[in-house]
Amino acid sequence: MTVHNLYIFDRNGNCLYYNEWNRKKQAGISKEEEYKLMYGMLFSIRSFVSKMSPLDMKDGFLSFHTSKYRLHYYETPSGLKFVMNTDLSVSNARETLQHIYSNLYVEYIVKNPVCVLGQSLDSELFSSRLDAFIRALPYYSPRAA
Amino acid sequence: MVIYSVYVVNKAGGLIYQYDNYVPRAEAEKTFSYPLDLILKHHDEKVIVSFGQRDGIRVGHAVLSINGVDVMGKSTAEGKDILEYLKDPSNYPVSIRFGRARLSSNEKLMLASMFHSLFAIGSQLSPEVGSSGIEMLETDVFKLHCYQTLTGIKFIVLADPRQSGIDALLRKIYEIYSDFALKNPFYSLEMPIRCELFDQNLKSSLEVAEKAGNFGAGS
Repeated sequence: MTVHNLYIFDRNGNCLYYNEWNRKKQAGISKEEEYKLMYGMLFSIRSFVSKMSPLDMKDGFLSFHTSKYRLHYYETPSGLKFVMNTDLSVSNARETLQHIYSNLYVEYIVKNPVCVLGQSLDSELFSSRLDAFIRALPYYSPRAA
Repeated sequence: MVIYSVYVVNKAGGLIYQYDNYVPRAEAEKTFSYPLDLILKHHDEKVIVSFGQRDGIRVGHAVLSINGVDVMGKSTAEGKDILEYLKDPSNYPVSIRFGRARLSSNEKLMLASMFHSLFAIGSQLSPEVGSSGIEMLETDVFKLHCYQTLTGIKFIVLADPRQSGIDALLRKIYEIYSDFALKNPFYSLEMPIRCELFDQNLKSSLEVAEKAGNFGAGS
């Protein structure tokens, strides 16, 4: 039971924040390229889902899983995208992501007069609180190598 | 508990089979008087609602028919441009039917290839070693399940989120594919599947899976 990594993207596709906790395999490309690929994949998945869907959707794309990991997705109405990769035992992390948005992002970034929205989040307080929050999650456990 | 559709994609990413088992038609027909309170725009050879969601007409819905006559793309059946037609007060009151636009074959081909690429990217971006591609994609109204065989063929099923037993169904579809498409001497590999027995057996196994899914999720 573990969280691998977390990305936060803004509405233009810029990666505002990235952190990893238990990542075993790097993507083999530079971090910038990986952010762009991740954002591009999510953008395409959203467009794919809106065309494929047999009925009108309310929340849209929620998550996907492969044989080894699960990707959870949460998008705010302002276009901010929260993406979290966990292992397969975590079935629903939507509330976690909503909590990260409303209790961490809004509190420590939006309400911070020094932080410029749209640029990389470099608030120490935000990073440390987010890290503490993730480590405190019931499904997080630092995996033994 | 429904299974909406089945897609089969070959190893190059091309769609070789597609079957729509259940297509829910959520449509709304209303009579309007001048001026029209919805904002319509051209998108992809269709006229869709861009603003003015109300009464079952959602943003993204396409104009399906005007005064009972089905439209053809951006123009009415007589060939007049729809937006021009609706700007003319003398054509009112007019009855327009809106609904989700049905996917054309070309769009299905493009979507299947798009998923083929997304499947591969899902595997590449994996934080764990040895991950497969996307096996299940979940939204609030449907779940997309994908099974990739060792030969690279992908069987994709779109179903209701509560439907169970889809993994067994995907294996069964693979079995039907190998029995009625691969063993057919007139079928060429990686080409579109046009085998009647494949269609028939696929339909019956979908019915079985829907019924079995009902028992499973009933408790």
